[in-house]
Amino acid sequence: MKISENWLREWANPELYTDQLVSQLTMAGLEVDSVESAAPEFTQVVVAEVIACEKHPDADKLNVCQVNDGSGEPVQVVCGAKNVRAGLKVAFAQVGAALPGFKIKKAKLRGVESFGMICSEKELQLSDAGDGIMELPQSAPVGTALADYLDLNDTLIEIDLTPNRGDCLSIEGVAREVYANNDIVATPVLVTDVEAQIDDVFSVELGNTQACPHYIGRVIKGIDPKAETPLWMKEKLRRSGLRAISPVVDVTNFVMMELGQPMHGFDLNKLEGGIRVRNAEAGEKITLLDGSEVECREDTLVIADHKQAVAMAGIMGGLDSSVDDKTTDVFLESAFFTPSLIAGKARSYGLHTDSSHRFERGVDPQLQRRALQRATFLLQDIVGGKAGPVIEQSAADDIPDTPWVELRHARIERMLGITVEKPQVEQILQKLDMSLDAFDAGWRVKAPSWRFDINIEADLIEEVGRIIGYDNIPGKREAAHVAMASFSETRISLNQLRDTLVTRGYYEAITYSFISPQLQQILHPGQPTLSLANPISSDMSEMRTRLIPGLIQAVVHNLNRQQPRPRLFETGLCFVPEGKELQQRNHIAGVISGQSEKESWLSASQEVDFYDIKGDAESLMAISDLSAFTFQPSGNEILHPGQSAEIVFQGEVVGFVGALHPNVLKSLDIDQKLYVFELETDCLQQKQLPNFRELSRFPSIRRDLALLVDQKITARELMDCVKKLDEEIIQEVFVFDVYTGKEVINNRKSVALGLILQGFSRTLNDKDVEKTVSSVLQKLQEEYDAVLR
Amino acid sequence: MSELHSLLQSATQAIKAAEDLASLDQLRVNYLGKKGDVTALLKNLGKLPGDQRREAGQQINQVKQAIAELLEQRKEVLNAKQIEAQLKAETVDVTLPGRHVDRGGLHPVTLTMTRIEKMFGKLGFDVAVGPEVEDDFHNFEALNIPAHHPARAMHDTFYFDAKTLLRTHTSPVQIRTLEKQQPPVRVIAPGRVYRCDSDLTHTPMFHQVEGLLVDENVSFADLKGTLHEFLKMFFEQDDLKTRFRPSYFPFTEPSMEVDISCVMCEGEGCRVCSHTGWLEILGCGMVHPEVFKQTGMDNDKFTAYAFGIGVERMAMLRYGVNDLRLFFENDLRFLQQFA
Repeated sequence: MKISENWLREWANPELYTDQLVSQLTMAGLEVDSVESAAPEFTQVVVAEVIACEKHPDADKLNVCQVNDGSGEPVQVVCGAKNVRAGLKVAFAQVGAALPGFKIKKAKLRGVESFGMICSEKELQLSDAGDGIMELPQSAPVGTALADYLDLNDTLIEIDLTPNRGDCLSIEGVAREVYANNDIVATPVLVTDVEAQIDDVFSVELGNTQACPHYIGRVIKGIDPKAETPLWMKEKLRRSGLRAISPVVDVTNFVMMELGQPMHGFDLNKLEGGIRVRNAEAGEKITLLDGSEVECREDTLVIADHKQAVAMAGIMGGLDSSVDDKTTDVFLESAFFTPSLIAGKARSYGLHTDSSHRFERGVDPQLQRRALQRATFLLQDIVGGKAGPVIEQSAADDIPDTPWVELRHARIERMLGITVEKPQVEQILQKLDMSLDAFDAGWRVKAPSWRFDINIEADLIEEVGRIIGYDNIPGKREAAHVAMASFSETRISLNQLRDTLVTRGYYEAITYSFISPQLQQILHPGQPTLSLANPISSDMSEMRTRLIPGLIQAVVHNLNRQQPRPRLFETGLCFVPEGKELQQRNHIAGVISGQSEKESWLSASQEVDFYDIKGDAESLMAISDLSAFTFQPSGNEILHPGQSAEIVFQGEVVGFVGALHPNVLKSLDIDQKLYVFELETDCLQQKQLPNFRELSRFPSIRRDLALLVDQKITARELMDCVKKLDEEIIQEVFVFDVYTGKEVINNRKSVALGLILQGFSRTLNDKDVEKTVSSVLQKLQEEYDAVLR
Repeated sequence: MSELHSLLQSATQAIKAAEDLASLDQLRVNYLGKKGDVTALLKNLGKLPGDQRREAGQQINQVKQAIAELLEQRKEVLNAKQIEAQLKAETVDVTLPGRHVDRGGLHPVTLTMTRIEKMFGKLGFDVAVGPEVEDDFHNFEALNIPAHHPARAMHDTFYFDAKTLLRTHTSPVQIRTLEKQQPPVRVIAPGRVYRCDSDLTHTPMFHQVEGLLVDENVSFADLKGTLHEFLKMFFEQDDLKTRFRPSYFPFTEPSMEVDISCVMCEGEGCRVCSHTGWLEILGCGMVHPEVFKQTGMDNDKFTAYAFGIGVERMAMLRYGVNDLRLFFENDLRFLQQFA
């Protein structure tokens, strides 16, 4: 909300400079977003009168004017505005005047000399709109500086109000905060009651008293449709960010800004029968003031006459019943709509208005009559007419009343951490117009009708803290119990996983959790997904079920920027629908491409391959227990069938590793190989507590076996076979060489196994070793037709 | 005896001339070996008359000792020479880079979150996590934001259906923690949050760290002291100023926003702080009684404070990053700056 400082100071004028006042508002919870001056600086612009105006002899569109600017001699000016005419009071920039962006000099236009310029609002940057020069009232004193005349020495304060402070959405509301924070006397505008001058009434019926428990109206007849809104009011509206439209609209807007009551003026002669406040009928249509046609839902409150809906209650008036330049009779509305029942309605129709903004947050239910009287007074002052009696319909039971709230004195100290003496609490609450009823332990407190936000004890404690100023409450250092944080030794943190990849040259990426359906389809075909109902754009509409799509995009981004060996990883949740449930599991994934090592003088550069990415994945598993994971050839359709593996943990597939399938690369328009891995993190984060085993005091012996086996036999099968023998003295078995080549024929390959043998009770002798080795060889031959090379 | 003399002389010269250990050893064999010249002389001693034998023996032994010493001396010299030559041959350019795997680096958002976690970890806060696809109850209702509450308009929410959404803040972790844990509670909940908003200063996904402390006698003064200390430590600025402004969050009462003196201009006023000297940095407050009610906690016995920190904002200020969107482009030239 934007307000004029001068206007605020008419209501509350503390001895504070602008910056002090602004800072005080901010620290009271009315956050000031910006402060700017009401008009740009200009000099030598004065009120002047056009004495004579004649057509330019050589230009149809120009006029030659004689202007009295108070300097004594008439000044000749050439002016191109259509609305320039003799007798008009104007804003006149004299020769030498500095306007925003330019200076006024003596000029010659089509042979006629011109000494100055008659200004438009646009040229003075007082508004964006309007063609033609600014027309000042006849009463404007010639020769006065325009800035003084328009009171332009003003500051516009933009306040960003929190939704609980609807009571501050007016000059009066902000002024109340200024009183509460300063020791000053309030100077509110006194509202003059306008007595009925005619007997005309208009019937009002309340059809939904819960949503509208209070409705006040009044007929005003015989207004002057040609009357103009006075400049002072236009200026106040302009400084509040509102455009002047017509006296009726301007007055209702003015009262809304001044007192906080949104009002509406109907053209009485466009209404049929009377006002009915009711819920819309199914499919009922209404054309709003902004020209849009809306089909109302039945949960929407409308203002109707006896024929049709004429306004959306508390949101916007209808076009058909609106005041126009022929209107002579009006019906003014000043109503209260229940916040909880009006909340969200405007938004559900894609609307947001100054009126809905206020009603949703709560308009003082006691304000309607005062606002109507104020509006009548102001309107008659401009357009005349005769006012009828005030028409009032209300359902007292449905008008909200602020509750009595118990405030315990001790609770203030417990919540704020400082002692506030009783008299100070009372003084603060009274300044905020609260009613107090003291008892032993504290008070029963009732907030004024405009404070919708005071319902519980904590709300009152906030008020006490707010007025004291949170800055004036000294901070403490941790009075609460100190508890040692839990420190599990069998849980591996995500940071350990991250650090492991970082030491292997990976950079951490953070990609969006939603991706495009196309990318999802390419990289996780056939997988059901969760889709956003309102995505930012269609390429960010599906929740990822894997991390690699986002990572691959990031790798491509970097390949396109000449990065020779991108290595990126990410950790985060993936969202997999399983039946009716949604699984949100944490994953870790990596994507690499390019050289396996940074180009170096030490070794020839080599492209990354399957065993690079597998080694990276294994390094993560090794933090807990690499042997708990097994790799098996995978049927994963996005991966190269001969260079990919599923990763199995406790019988479950928990991830995959491999080269992206050439078809996938092609669909993604990538022309180099990418290697990927992805794992659920849960299995990587469980570690066994170390359990000590005795060390053998006897030497170990190594035996190497070079075996010829069929090419299809995997290394894992051979090693598992040895392990399954369960020979006590075999401590370790590993592959130290794999060879296929000229000397190995018939689709066979040579696999060299290393065995480490060790006894616990004695040194092994040749016989022990031979016995074990031959049983190993026998088993391998039986199972896999393996023979010693 | 001139024979002996000339033997010593020739040996001395030969040893001096030996340029490597092999030829030196050959000389040792030639002179002192079983068939060597000196050994031969000693063998011939027996042929001498008895009275000369003793003197001649002494003289030959002297020469033998002299040659042995010369050999030893020469050996030391040659040894030293050989080491020197080896060292020379093995000398490398020590300025060439060593053999290592290049380190990567963590994302600045992770660096910032981890730092915040560690700082609060020292105060006994455990890390808590929650789902990102949330239900309306945990994201809004239980946090005292009923349907149509104006505060919902401030959260541009991504929905899946009427009741399922992407969490708009990490505050639902407060509720999930209190549903399963009895006070005293002190947790910190870092994580991704989502708002349907995308422009120069908003990304549809960003990160928050939520903090919650429930105990007997927790007051605003404790919250203020803790956050003031935290912000000073985080920015490593002892004279960092903070100010606590009244604000509004439905799930805290009282609620405050915390500003810090601008870390870019130290409060002088600059573009980053819009010339105010202050930067809005986090929101906090005392947990609302309605949240106590929703989670079945006794608000008379316990009080609680909560706060929420915007991670990207902290990272931008800490590292001087001037464009929020860079955090999610994952450009290596950006990421490498934080390694």
